[in-house]
Amino acid sequence: MLRARKRSAAAIALLVSGAMLASGCSSSKSSSSSTKTTTDSGQQITLKVGLFGTFGFKEAGLYDQYMKLHPNIKIVEDSVEDEGQYYTSLQTHLSAGSGLDDIQGIEVGRIADVDQNLSSKFVDLNSLGAASLKSNFYPAKWSAATTSDGKVMALGTDYGPLAICYRTDLFKAAGLPTDSAGVSALWPDWNSYVQTGLKYKAKAPANQAWTDTAGGTFNAIVGQSANQYYDSSGKEIADTNPAVQNAWNIAMQLSTQGLTAKLSQFTPAWNQAFTTGSFATIACPAWMTGYIKSEAGAMTGDWGVAKIPGGTGDWGGSYLAIPKASKHQKEAYDLINWLTNPDQQKTMFTSQGHFPSSQTAAQDPSIASHTDPYFGDSPLGQIYAASAATIPQAVLGAKDGTIKDTFSKAITRVEAQGQAPQASWTKALSDIKAATSG
Amino acid sequence: MAVATTESPLEKALPPPGGRSWRSRRARWDLKFSPYAFVSPFFVLFAAFGLYPLIWTAWTSLHKVELENPDQSTWVGLKNYTDLLSDHNFWNAFRNTFQMGVLSTVPQLMMALGLAHLLNYKLRGRTFWRVAVLSPFATSVAAATLVFAQLFGRDYGFINWVLHFAGIHAIDFQNGTWSAQIAISVIVTWRWTGYNALIYLAAMQSIPAEQYESAAMDGANRWQQFRHVTVPGLRPTIVFTIVVSTIGASQLFGEPLLFSGGGSNPEMGGVSRQYQTLSMYFYERGFTDQHLGRAAAIAWAMFLMIVLFVLINTLLARRTRSAK
Repeated sequence: MLRARKRSAAAIALLVSGAMLASGCSSSKSSSSSTKTTTDSGQQITLKVGLFGTFGFKEAGLYDQYMKLHPNIKIVEDSVEDEGQYYTSLQTHLSAGSGLDDIQGIEVGRIADVDQNLSSKFVDLNSLGAASLKSNFYPAKWSAATTSDGKVMALGTDYGPLAICYRTDLFKAAGLPTDSAGVSALWPDWNSYVQTGLKYKAKAPANQAWTDTAGGTFNAIVGQSANQYYDSSGKEIADTNPAVQNAWNIAMQLSTQGLTAKLSQFTPAWNQAFTTGSFATIACPAWMTGYIKSEAGAMTGDWGVAKIPGGTGDWGGSYLAIPKASKHQKEAYDLINWLTNPDQQKTMFTSQGHFPSSQTAAQDPSIASHTDPYFGDSPLGQIYAASAATIPQAVLGAKDGTIKDTFSKAITRVEAQGQAPQASWTKALSDIKAATSG
Repeated sequence: MAVATTESPLEKALPPPGGRSWRSRRARWDLKFSPYAFVSPFFVLFAAFGLYPLIWTAWTSLHKVELENPDQSTWVGLKNYTDLLSDHNFWNAFRNTFQMGVLSTVPQLMMALGLAHLLNYKLRGRTFWRVAVLSPFATSVAAATLVFAQLFGRDYGFINWVLHFAGIHAIDFQNGTWSAQIAISVIVTWRWTGYNALIYLAAMQSIPAEQYESAAMDGANRWQQFRHVTVPGLRPTIVFTIVVSTIGASQLFGEPLLFSGGGSNPEMGGVSRQYQTLSMYFYERGFTDQHLGRAAAIAWAMFLMIVLFVLINTLLARRTRSAK
């Protein structure tokens, strides 16, 4: 939205073309093959990358770096703020077979849909040599993008290990500890998180809530469980799964006791609230730290990162896939292979806060030792690495994203419209039924 | 179709007489077929972009079709339609569309009439006022809605800031039912009032000045002139604007879609669908949930409703005219 896209044109890449051919050969198998394409045709190829939200490749300077290594490649990114709108239009383009980019970002809530329903429309990356990359990635991340018959649909960009981001200045004013370890000790489990919230509320001004919306908390709690909205046979179980029920109960405690700022995530009002300080804590997957920095701006040291109640969990993390309609599948594969290589994933974490989906990268000492002055030098890397190491291997389903959105709306109904929790729950289940059945 | 009639039997019936030149034959063909050629673009375009989608949608509405695989469809008969009857989201959308239609159309047309009456006076800088009145209509839906969504914001919106001086507590416009519907109606009214005002103004200027003069001579003041000369003179125009506004209102989409200002699934029209219109519900079923068959049934139901509304409007208009 308001985020400035400061990026100079790819013109520089062209200037250095001849000299860079040699250096391109030195890196990896894949990039040497694409260099060969250059020498074969010498043609300029434009790769279009369709993304949503903030993937951060551009901001981390990775496109520029890649275009320097591959002078014949020009990368054009086209990005949509909201994932829901992005995915809807992607599906429409896929069924029409036109309007597709060479590379398409896929959110984790949609990856099962891609495996189960859209596998015929994306390139099997094994055919381009992806099989050799398997050991790089977290097994859960890799298997989520693999179809039942072994096709690999996409490569993982980042992972969503969980923590809680909190406002140190607001905590201090409310007489709570402000250092990461002290804050983590406040909430070994979700009940104590709610209790701390009540303590905070007693001391804080009326316009400062404990958390932005219970919808975020709900997602985090569901993300701590292996069984979420589907069982392993592919049956939708949102209504009977005790893990979902438990997440709902905690969310309802927050909502009905006035502990939330009643915001909807990813709306302009929510973005503004990061700076104005209308909430003190937020369930914070690794990628959210990058989001906070870009929204909250000049608040260095006012934020901290603490452990999530329950210690581990996963929310989000995306994939890159290549539609069969792409005319440059080989070049597109070289690019996504490079973007998701351990080296680039390390850069993405230290510069954008996107935690590696590559376990090779995650085990690198530079990850665990990473801190960020913006977050008051909280042990970011250590907290997220510990969370990522024990994430349960979740069972994903085709409509996970839709179900997640439906529950977020159900929670806002209770928070902002005062609907009774039971009525909102019943309505959510009937909405899910309507959306998942033909 | 016009194209089909071009294979005229006359052509075969008239053997080309040897003496007739190619030129005169061509002139005859020209006379006979050119009119069809001239009107054919409309029919061809209508067939491609009007008739074909209409029929295709009707066919789809009788099948179970998913957007991901539009080639595979299963015949389900009228099930999509009978499902709609018991679908409370559909009736919710129907009610919202109707409510917002009334909330926006009625004040909009009344204000337009008043504005047109004012513009009809001899004013200094008349052209300026006319352009000013029309300028909201030239604004894009997206731009207008996004600005209004900011104005109606709960925490940092201008309107709540003003209300706060009046001692009124911040209203959560987006999350309320009536507050959201009124806010959206304000956007629609803001955009369309000037457009209707100019239509009324044009019609007002065709009312003979003598009527006003004689009314003035009979001692009618401005208000009485407006009621007894202007409004009766405008009746056909008013009926026209009501019909057009009704069609517009039943297809309301852009304003409510963008009113949430972002977030997931804007087509749901708020967390409890408190401002979801029929078009948005159609979009949700078709493109978010991917159920093309069910979406097509909604589209056809909407089409039939619009036809019904226009019929009722016309009947009412005819009745009032004959009652006069």
